Amino acid sequence: MTQFFQYIVVGLANGGVYATLALALVLIHRATGIVNFAQGEMGMFCTFIAWALITHHGVPYWTAFFLTLLIAFVGGAATYKVVIQPLSRTGELTVVMATIALLIILNGLAGWIWSPEVKFLRSPLFAPGDYFDIGGVIVNKQDLGVIGISLVCVAIVFVFFRFTRLGLQMRASAVGPATSRLLGIRVAMMLSIGWGLAAVLSAVSGMMAASRLELDPNFMLIILTYAFAAAVLGGIDSPVGSVVGAFIIGIGISLLSGYASSFLGTELQLPLALAVLMLVLIVRPAGLFGHVVVRRV
Amino acid sequence: MALLELENVEARYGPIRALHGVSLAVEEGQAVSLLGANGAGKTTTLRSISGTVRANGEIAFASKRITGRAPEAVARLGIAHVPEGRGIYAELTVWENVLLGGSTRRERRAIKRDAEAALAHFPRIASRRKQQAGTLSGGEQQMLALARALVARPRLLMLDEPSLGLAPTAVQEFYRVVRHLNQEEGLTVLVVEQNARIALASTQHAYVLEVGRVAMSGPSDELSRDEGVRASYLGY
Repeated sequence: MTQFFQYIVVGLANGGVYATLALALVLIHRATGIVNFAQGEMGMFCTFIAWALITHHGVPYWTAFFLTLLIAFVGGAATYKVVIQPLSRTGELTVVMATIALLIILNGLAGWIWSPEVKFLRSPLFAPGDYFDIGGVIVNKQDLGVIGISLVCVAIVFVFFRFTRLGLQMRASAVGPATSRLLGIRVAMMLSIGWGLAAVLSAVSGMMAASRLELDPNFMLIILTYAFAAAVLGGIDSPVGSVVGAFIIGIGISLLSGYASSFLGTELQLPLALAVLMLVLIVRPAGLFGHVVVRRV
Repeated sequence: MALLELENVEARYGPIRALHGVSLAVEEGQAVSLLGANGAGKTTTLRSISGTVRANGEIAFASKRITGRAPEAVARLGIAHVPEGRGIYAELTVWENVLLGGSTRRERRAIKRDAEAALAHFPRIASRRKQQAGTLSGGEQQMLALARALVARPRLLMLDEPSLGLAPTAVQEFYRVVRHLNQEEGLTVLVVEQNARIALASTQHAYVLEVGRVAMSGPSDELSRDEGVRASYLGY
């Protein structure tokens, strides 16, 4: 039984990493109507920037953390202005292709700038070895930190969109750009801010993931896959759903690798997880939390 | 000088010319109808003013040339355009819709106060502020769109076919509020209508468009009395 709870804690921590990235995917999808395949690589690139700040420039971890979030915001907003907005007139497929190009560019660029050898970016919140012993359940403090930070991010995003004027205007710009412009809302600026926020979330996801994994240019690819699965499972338009989906997937994978790896092997973890996901989607195409808009004419 | 002046305004959708030089004027405090058959260019005229369609010619609002300005810039000058189809955010609540009307303004408390005041015109939707706006009926959505436009405190209110698809009683209720806003509160109104009877009864001046040009204009009561006008342009 203690084993079981240990898997749950690890699953929650993984889920937190997926949740922040999934939230970024949902944000972009709601704002721009597309899936940003470069979302994970934006996080990866930002994590390398944090690593470089700390390792080469001697910046303290938390200063580097928040500096990176600022860089992420500016970079994300600029990506929208420079790449996405000019292309958005040509159709969604073009924009999706552009995000795939961005994925490859960022990946290659990171390898070129920082050399592909493995690096480490450990958060100083807790040393990786620190743990609590709660009734025999070994809870890694690093895991708790990741769970905490991801929940704080989720809460901030929720409050921002729900209760602030800017958040409301951003939601309005996403669901009705033409109407919003007539009301005087600067829609292009709102979408730009949305891309900036999504980049910030992916940077958080990347830096949290890096505290548990090795840092190399490909380390976010698998996380993007799980985050994407989480977003689809929860309903690509539902922020709450994507977060719940992320934790379901995190725990599911953790249990799967804990109990089934002896006879399934690690190679089948990802395929099995995605097979379950597809089954769920066949039963509930809108995802677990996909919301239905009621419309009367 | 009139609050809104159009001189020789042309607009096109791709190769198709929709406006062939429209000229009209709306005085401050006036209510003006823009009438005409389907395809006469009524909606395009409003879109040219609000910047949602590219137009050539002279469009001046409060003595400023606004031809070619972006919709959000025009809205910030004080023109509220309630578009054809109302443009309600179906996913958002009634209250959120109304609050968004204040997007051009800064003072949050004043916006909330004005949102309350705007909803007070329509008790039917005021009591349902937490509902998704998409669940409202067509008439209620039209009222919501008007309430939302008022929160911007516009100097000019432009309504595009507000009676379309509405039950007769809803049309009456809607125009009762429009007349009140114009006559009691001095709001300048430019309304596009197919329903010429109600539009003429609610405005002081009218223009009739025919294939992208102003075919005739005059005081609303004169136009509505003129048999020839009624037969050829207004269809009643």
